[in-house]
Amino acid sequence: MGHFSKKSGVTQDIPTASLPDIIFMLLIFFMVTTVLRENDVLVRAQVPAAEALTKIDQKRLVSYIWIGPEKLPGNQLGPTAVQIDDVLIDDLGSIRSIMYRKLQEQQKLIVSLKVDQTSEMGIVQEVEQELRQAGTLRINYSTSRYVQ
Amino acid sequence: MALKFKKRKRTGGEIPTASMADIAFLLLIFFLVTTTINVDTGIGMVLPPPLDEQEPPPVNARNMLKILVNEVGQILMEDKPSSVALIRAEVKKHVTNNGVDPNYSESPTQSVISIKTSSQTPYESYIDVLDETWMGYFEIWDAEARRLGYPDYVTYAASLGEDDVNEVRETYPAAISIAEPDPQN
Repeated sequence: MGHFSKKSGVTQDIPTASLPDIIFMLLIFFMVTTVLRENDVLVRAQVPAAEALTKIDQKRLVSYIWIGPEKLPGNQLGPTAVQIDDVLIDDLGSIRSIMYRKLQEQQKLIVSLKVDQTSEMGIVQEVEQELRQAGTLRINYSTSRYVQ
Repeated sequence: MALKFKKRKRTGGEIPTASMADIAFLLLIFFLVTTTINVDTGIGMVLPPPLDEQEPPPVNARNMLKILVNEVGQILMEDKPSSVALIRAEVKKHVTNNGVDPNYSESPTQSVISIKTSSQTPYESYIDVLDETWMGYFEIWDAEARRLGYPDYVTYAASLGEDDVNEVRETYPAAISIAEPDPQN
């Protein structure tokens, strides 16, 4: 029986020179598309800790309201202010119409209240009254996990 | 001076690029792992609809567990000075009373926990009270789920389908009422 003739010694390597470039492209793609949409928070909102937590799974339903002392230049803290989206609210009475408009866009709106732990209940109650008038009744007091 | 510069012998000074892909992969994995999209957690509540002329139905005094939080975070529970640590047990006792003790609720479906704060109450104290109240309910639900043969309430809730009735919550509905603030003068 004849021997199998040895294949010719042509190397069949896949060129790997461009592999790093491909991977870098992937890396850059992920770095660019991972948009961490952080609102620019103008107030200090250090939320209190709690144990009885629920998770908000659907982030698109959530609208945030920040309540806390306003951040001033030079690490100073001003009086308590309310922020919705990117602006501070001067007139609390305008929350009603803002939230009502949001509710029209998203019927299942959940309002997440990010309230600084040193805030007083007075302003929280005022905001809640506005939310009731707007009809945005589902709220969520944002809290961090209680660590023992 | 006949100093001759010795010509250096040129060697192939190439950077090995075979490991470049691995380095890039490591970077990629690092970014994929560390990019935690933080999930929002908090205490969910449903506000009552705005008051109209209609007064809310009166609640029998024995069915209401009144918790008052004052300006400095001190707690008055059923008109007696109390503390945050006592709320959970009291909520459980109140809700699961089933008419046994005349000072507590008649039935779980009728019982209401009322939390009232003043406008100077620190938010943190309010959340502490609310948290303990919810924890009281969570523990009741856990006990009820165990009675139904599940390890805890979370497992029970996860086992329910879209249209299934959550019997635990049906039996022990959470009724936490945030009292109307006093009218401002």
